[in-house]
Amino acid sequence: MMKEIHVSKIVETVKKLCIDANYYLNEDIKSSLFKAKEKETFPLAQNILDIILENAEIAKNENMPMCQDTGMAVVFLEIGQDVHIVGGSLEDAVNEGVRQGYNEGYLRKSVVGDPIERINTKDNTPAIIHYSIVTGDKLKITVASKGFGSENMSQLKMLKPADGIDGVKEFVLKVVKEAGPNPCPPIVVGIGIGGTFEKAAFLAKKALLRPVDVRNSNPYYAKLEEELLEKINSLGIGPQGFGGRTTALSVNVETYATHIAGLPVAVNINCHATRHAEAVL
Amino acid sequence: MKKKIITPLTDDAVKILKAGDSVLLTGYIYTARDAAHKRLIELLNEGKKLPFDINGQVIYYVGPTPAKEGMPIGSAGPTTSYRMDPYAPKLLEIGLKGMIGKGYRGDEVINAIKKYNGVYFAAIGGAAALTAKCVKSSELIAYEDLGAEAVRKLYVEDLPLIVVIDSHGNNYYEIGQREYLNSTK
Repeated sequence: MMKEIHVSKIVETVKKLCIDANYYLNEDIKSSLFKAKEKETFPLAQNILDIILENAEIAKNENMPMCQDTGMAVVFLEIGQDVHIVGGSLEDAVNEGVRQGYNEGYLRKSVVGDPIERINTKDNTPAIIHYSIVTGDKLKITVASKGFGSENMSQLKMLKPADGIDGVKEFVLKVVKEAGPNPCPPIVVGIGIGGTFEKAAFLAKKALLRPVDVRNSNPYYAKLEEELLEKINSLGIGPQGFGGRTTALSVNVETYATHIAGLPVAVNINCHATRHAEAVL
Repeated sequence: MKKKIITPLTDDAVKILKAGDSVLLTGYIYTARDAAHKRLIELLNEGKKLPFDINGQVIYYVGPTPAKEGMPIGSAGPTTSYRMDPYAPKLLEIGLKGMIGKGYRGDEVINAIKKYNGVYFAAIGGAAALTAKCVKSSELIAYEDLGAEAVRKLYVEDLPLIVVIDSHGNNYYEIGQREYLNSTK
């Protein structure tokens, strides 16, 4: 039995998710910031975590964006194979939702139509859309507003199999160290290991959608996440890079099978806000 | 105790600022980021005048969100500064005193800060809703076609900033991180 979903419903949902992701700090992040503050010994670091929490309250109460970089809209669509989308093009519907959300939500239009010519499209479209087909008759939409202060600090490397887990750790720490204060720490670190060149990058992006208080379901990678977080928080970068313990709130790792000759690793960095909102139709 | 400073910045006012100082800035400042900087430098290369007198002024690296009705500005936190590094030394040379942004600066900028007695401040990245409250007025000065990247003249009151690189070249990112690491030994 096919379930029909009209594109107008998708437009409405994407619009709301764009606004919600930018106005409201997710609860997992908020409680993680509170916990980080308790562990922080440096007064300026504590003070900055307070400011970040206060900023989130203002944004929520006054319905305004937490950050002026309201990002490029990265939209993940998990489409049940028993879903039939009617009334128009799915891609157009997503972009129309972004257009309306960024306009009505007073969000910044940060997209240029061509990477070299650089003329602003004035409506924050096009979105980056990732489609996946799953079983069932639901459509899950996740909007992640990706700011580029942190996106610019992300890196990918094709390691050799001989580099192994130590090579992975070394690369992650190098990326975080080089990023320093630039991506507005405390950061959330999304890591994709395995797959191909583009799969690793996709996994790293997807890892950022996982709540910061949920570890990888594989105990080996859960332990890796904890170990990397500890190492990152020993670097001393701290909130905003002014020194302190809280350089990262979470390290989220996603993995995939890979080729006998390769060990791709992608590190996608997000600022503390790690904005994303989802809905299921 | 936070120092209060006002714009335009005098040489003496800049000299007494030290890396790590928390300051509250009041007065007019100008917004410019990537695209606006490119155009400002093009004007200078063509021997033309800038759209505002840069002498003693402070540039804030920001592209705010659109203002809601009755508000001077939307959310307005700092953008990452290193992207303006190719342009900053030239502006310091012709009289710019202060820059507000976030993140590391390159050696050429640090050298220019020392040479021309400038200062680099950080605003709190991500605290954009809070920062907006300090902005009392906003006037479009140039490059309206750039949208969020246009040059605006803002009047700010008690904008909280941290001196990151002072006129002697001291860098608080290095100092603060070193102090923290020493405190954990």
